[in-house]
Amino acid sequence: MHRIVIIGGGPGGTITANHLAEHLGDELRSGEVAIELLTDKPEQVYKPGFLYLAFGLESPEHIRRPVRDLVSPYVDVRIERVTRVDTEQRQVMVEGGGSRPFDQLVIASGTRLDPSATPGLAEAGDWFYDEEAAQRLHDKLEALEQGRIVVSVIGVPHMCPVAPLEVTFMLDQWLKQRGRRDKVELAYTYPINRTHSIASLAEWATPELQKRDVRIETFFNAESVDAEEKVLQSMEGTELPFDILIAIPEHRSAEYLEASGLSEAGWVPTDRDTLAVKGQEGIWALGDTTNLPVSKAGSVAHYQSATLAKNVAARVHGSGPVARYDGKTICFIEAGLDSATFIEFNYARPPQVQPPTKLIHWAKLAYNNAYWLTAKGAL
Amino acid sequence: MADTNVKQEIDARGSACPGPLMELIRGIKASGVGDAVAVLSSDPGSNKDIPDWVEKIGYELVANEDHGDYHRFVVRKSK
Repeated sequence: MHRIVIIGGGPGGTITANHLAEHLGDELRSGEVAIELLTDKPEQVYKPGFLYLAFGLESPEHIRRPVRDLVSPYVDVRIERVTRVDTEQRQVMVEGGGSRPFDQLVIASGTRLDPSATPGLAEAGDWFYDEEAAQRLHDKLEALEQGRIVVSVIGVPHMCPVAPLEVTFMLDQWLKQRGRRDKVELAYTYPINRTHSIASLAEWATPELQKRDVRIETFFNAESVDAEEKVLQSMEGTELPFDILIAIPEHRSAEYLEASGLSEAGWVPTDRDTLAVKGQEGIWALGDTTNLPVSKAGSVAHYQSATLAKNVAARVHGSGPVARYDGKTICFIEAGLDSATFIEFNYARPPQVQPPTKLIHWAKLAYNNAYWLTAKGAL
Repeated sequence: MADTNVKQEIDARGSACPGPLMELIRGIKASGVGDAVAVLSSDPGSNKDIPDWVEKIGYELVANEDHGDYHRFVVRKSK
């Protein structure tokens, strides 16, 4: 029997599992192939929903689904925490002492936040990348009558590259709706010399930020936070005082990957075309966990899963990689609470920003619901 | 040779997001003082972005090699 183990119950894991169930239907039914999906959480969370949660515009129950409901019945979902991958013995070790042997392994375990990498951040910072943090931020925003809010991109790379701009635009309108915008100063910091790494997006976003009277600090690589004085300090020597610091903390791949020697400088070295893990046979990676120079976004995991599943299936049939990922990415961008735009690009074609419209905003909200069809591999 | 201390070489060719300078900053953050990081970029904007950031932060631009369709930048974390 050919055993395929997928680690991760997020979009990359479930969509890959469903593509594989389609490509290998005959082999799964005959018992020649088995697919196991290992995840430490029984539910998948639609992470873009956290942004809305921070503004009280979404509910936690609405943005999660049981992983078992999202994948083909031919996929064996196991709720287990992976502790290590033994690449020599070709088995995945799980908490409690068990092991799962594999012929092929798919690493789709995403990324984790590491606020401790920035001194003072865990004590004084807020973010919106998990349910608890997003709700805590919402409570603080509701309570802030006046003062300073700093949105700071600290970790590079990070999940959802457009989220820092979105949260800033949404903040501006949210505060205006509450009659507090004139009492709350907004600042936005970015590590390089423009407001976003994508030049065309920065060209659009900079005047939009200026129009909203947002203070812009570029070449700002946050180094530490003075939690007592509530001051953010940069590697370049700039200091910014704040009442609320909405930070994009440092990100890293999962701990078990470091314990297994499968990550370098925080990420899994991955071939940008085939999605094979470099230096390994029959081990693949996709989504946020790779070191690829692409966005850490759900759409990337979505498109990569189609490539990866074809290559895994080809190996089952005894051939080499047959599909190549072209860098395709699509990101919606909320430009406030009632308008949005989007960008679409790949390795060869840079993105162009469309003017924001209400229609795209409603399309984004519709997709927030329709996402579960994507997770099931139907959309 | 100027870049014998290169600890990490990042191939950011074709990277629109997060982009070569962001990839370089990521590499530099993970490096120790004295280490050098090389980044390959096919983005013409890197010719300005990378030297500007290196000057702003006070590190050392060890090399900017023109390979035709891409540049190879080597930056040392000098402090």
